[in-house]
Amino acid sequence: MMLNVQNLHASVDGKEILKGLTLEVPAGEVHAIMGPNGAGKSTLSYVLTGRDGYDVTSGSAMLDGEDLLALAPDERAARGVFLSFQYPLEIPGVPALTFIRTALNAQRKARGEAEITAPEFLKLARAKSAELKIDFDMLKRALNVGFSGGEKKRMEILQMAMLSPRFLILDETDSGLDIDALRIVSDGVNALRSPDRGMLVITHYQRLLDYIKPDRVHVLSGGRIVASGGPELAHELEREGYERYEKAA
Amino acid sequence: MSLATAIRDRDVAALPGKRDEDWRWTDLRGLIRVLPDPSQTFVGDAGEGPFDALADDRRVVINGGDALIDVPADGKATVALRFISRGAGSHAAGATITLGANARLHLLESYESDGGSVSQASLTIVLAEGAAVERVVLVQDHEDAVSVSQAAVRLAPKAEYGQTVATSGARRQRLETRVVHPGGHASLRLDGVYLLADKRHSDQTTVVNHESTDGATVQLTKGVVRDQARGVFQGRIVVAEGADRTDARMGHHALILSDRAEVDAKPELEIYADDVACAHGNTVGALDEDALFYARQRGMPEAEARALLTEAFIGEVIDRIWFEDAREVVRAWAAERLRA
Repeated sequence: MMLNVQNLHASVDGKEILKGLTLEVPAGEVHAIMGPNGAGKSTLSYVLTGRDGYDVTSGSAMLDGEDLLALAPDERAARGVFLSFQYPLEIPGVPALTFIRTALNAQRKARGEAEITAPEFLKLARAKSAELKIDFDMLKRALNVGFSGGEKKRMEILQMAMLSPRFLILDETDSGLDIDALRIVSDGVNALRSPDRGMLVITHYQRLLDYIKPDRVHVLSGGRIVASGGPELAHELEREGYERYEKAA
Repeated sequence: MSLATAIRDRDVAALPGKRDEDWRWTDLRGLIRVLPDPSQTFVGDAGEGPFDALADDRRVVINGGDALIDVPADGKATVALRFISRGAGSHAAGATITLGANARLHLLESYESDGGSVSQASLTIVLAEGAAVERVVLVQDHEDAVSVSQAAVRLAPKAEYGQTVATSGARRQRLETRVVHPGGHASLRLDGVYLLADKRHSDQTTVVNHESTDGATVQLTKGVVRDQARGVFQGRIVVAEGADRTDARMGHHALILSDRAEVDAKPELEIYADDVACAHGNTVGALDEDALFYARQRGMPEAEARALLTEAFIGEVIDRIWFEDAREVVRAWAAERLRA
């Protein structure tokens, strides 16, 4: 099992948000997590990536058999965990290219690989930005500063494409995207689908799943997975809402 | 009350201290009980200065003395001016810098000390109409040194003056600039950077007097303090009665990277004219934890993420240096200090 989360309990400011969450994502599969607001969706993404203030009180989360929870955020990144943020941060004073190259080389160093050369890096950046229809000159500007919501999300996918992670977590990637941007972003994500990658797509709405088709859909409510099924479950949720599951939780 | 007088008269009673409003965060009287003996005349090789390679005129003032720099009308010069303190004595130094009409000067000034010296430098910088000066100051004092640098700048109509003072602090340190601004479409940029660690202290104080109409001032100072260091920023802009259409902007922003570090800031705008555009902003805080997590999630170890974000924070000031070669000297100095 690529991602193996068992009976995970986690608190924020002493309040329990995840209450025994169990989830397994095999390599090569895309799993969607859907749920109402406040169900713990973003908490799950932050617990898996190691953000301060998200305290795991019991349970486990393993990636390829390795204890994720024992690793620092950057160590998890070096092992291939990537989070596309719901609200990407603005980094004043750091050009996007500098930020991404620093991250890429830090990951390579952590894995004992050689640093990417400047020409290789620029070639990669040009190719990936063209695929995502991002103006290359934008990468010379401070990362996300003054970018629109859609541009920030595209910049997340660009980073993802360049860092080439093994396990992808997309947190509400569709929010703030118009239909054209949604298609571009989804194409970018789908291009990364492969037998040795796993993906967790967190979303409130079914819309994104028309573009990034999941193998499995899980309903997160009250801090637990309360139902799982095939792609048809997403359509059912879209039709009938989360009410039934909120009661179940 | 001044350090220069105290050194000249060998009288600690003349030292400024916390009872002087302007010096309350940079108390010299409480610190210096006995002035060290006068510094010895230095004989030997002063070594290389940080801006030597950039300048066509190099001036060195060691353990006191004076420098005279004159750029005649329409002339151009790039001068490296080094103030050096060797040993643990006390001394005062000075420089007089004059520019004729439409003259241009890169003044690349540096301070160095190697022990517990007590030193003072007085500079007078006078610009004629249409003259342009960029003054870049790099201060690399010893941790035991006490140093004060005081510059009095007089602009003229249509003059252009830019300044960036970058420092790593000292045992106690004051870097002061007072500008008489005649308006008349003269423009002024007064920037500062302080990167302080251990128990170092630095005080950047500026006073700008807008005396007549149509003057512009922009000011940005940024600092990073860690350990038990203390940064002080005092910025005062005075707009005299009738100095209409003055445009003045002042910003001071500091990052405090440890619980025991301290920043004291006093931005002041005193406006006696009616038709002006003046603003100031002042923030003191910690590094943005959200941005830090974002960088770490992308794979940067914590120390590297912190260095990248603090360099970017300071970079905004360094980017404003007009003279590219000097800008890169300051940038390299900052990167080295932030990654130490």
